[in-house]
Amino acid sequence: MLTAIPTAFPEENVVQVSGNGKAVKNKLSMVVFSGDMDKVMAAFIIATGAAASGMEVSMFFTFWGLKAIQKKGAMTGKGLFGRMLGLMNRGGLDAIGPSRLNMGGMGRWMFKLMMKQKGVATLSELYDMAVELGVKMMPCQMSLEVMEIDPKLFQENVVPPVGVAAFLEEATESKVTLFV
Amino acid sequence: MAETKILDLKGLLCPIPVVKMARAIKEVEVGQTIEAFATDPGVMADIPAWCRSTGNELVTLEKVEKQFHFVVRRVK
Repeated sequence: MLTAIPTAFPEENVVQVSGNGKAVKNKLSMVVFSGDMDKVMAAFIIATGAAASGMEVSMFFTFWGLKAIQKKGAMTGKGLFGRMLGLMNRGGLDAIGPSRLNMGGMGRWMFKLMMKQKGVATLSELYDMAVELGVKMMPCQMSLEVMEIDPKLFQENVVPPVGVAAFLEEATESKVTLFV
Repeated sequence: MAETKILDLKGLLCPIPVVKMARAIKEVEVGQTIEAFATDPGVMADIPAWCRSTGNELVTLEKVEKQFHFVVRRVK
């Protein structure tokens, strides 16, 4: 019985009950593993579309995906390797290139120009829309330890870092889960 | 009441039409309609899907020359 479950969310958003007895919500949970412009773009288009269609949305950023939630031009790294990684792997949505045909930044420039000509929202615009629509963005604690990323370098809307159990809790109560 | 909100979605591509619809629907009262004009052919599939997901009523959706014209009524 749905009514018997104590819920901290609106009951109309509950669609069924999962195996562990928790309510499954009209919710999308996404792992953003990629840090490529095209893949991150796909992730944000789905996230904004879902939020605009009334779904609750959580995005878990891990590994290369952490680049998408870093402030523009943020330099990361503490030790030698960490700094090298930060230098070669600049964060921020303007710094990331497409997964194919980037050609040292030329591909990124070309895609940005083509998308502008066709009136497609830029990654930053999509990001702002996601924030406005209340999309929850969580960074992976383990990845940012490995990559020596200071959580202060993330955008203001990003919640404090979490681990796999926190993501799985979100995923378990979601109708849709995606890995990008 | 019965006033229609006009929404210009011309020149905008996925996902902006649905994001703007989501924003606009909150700005009208239940029972009121939104009349929109778009140029993205994707709205022919996306607006009916968005209406089904959000529980709003699609009153009309038609292609007029190179534009797409649709009317959505806020149900809840």
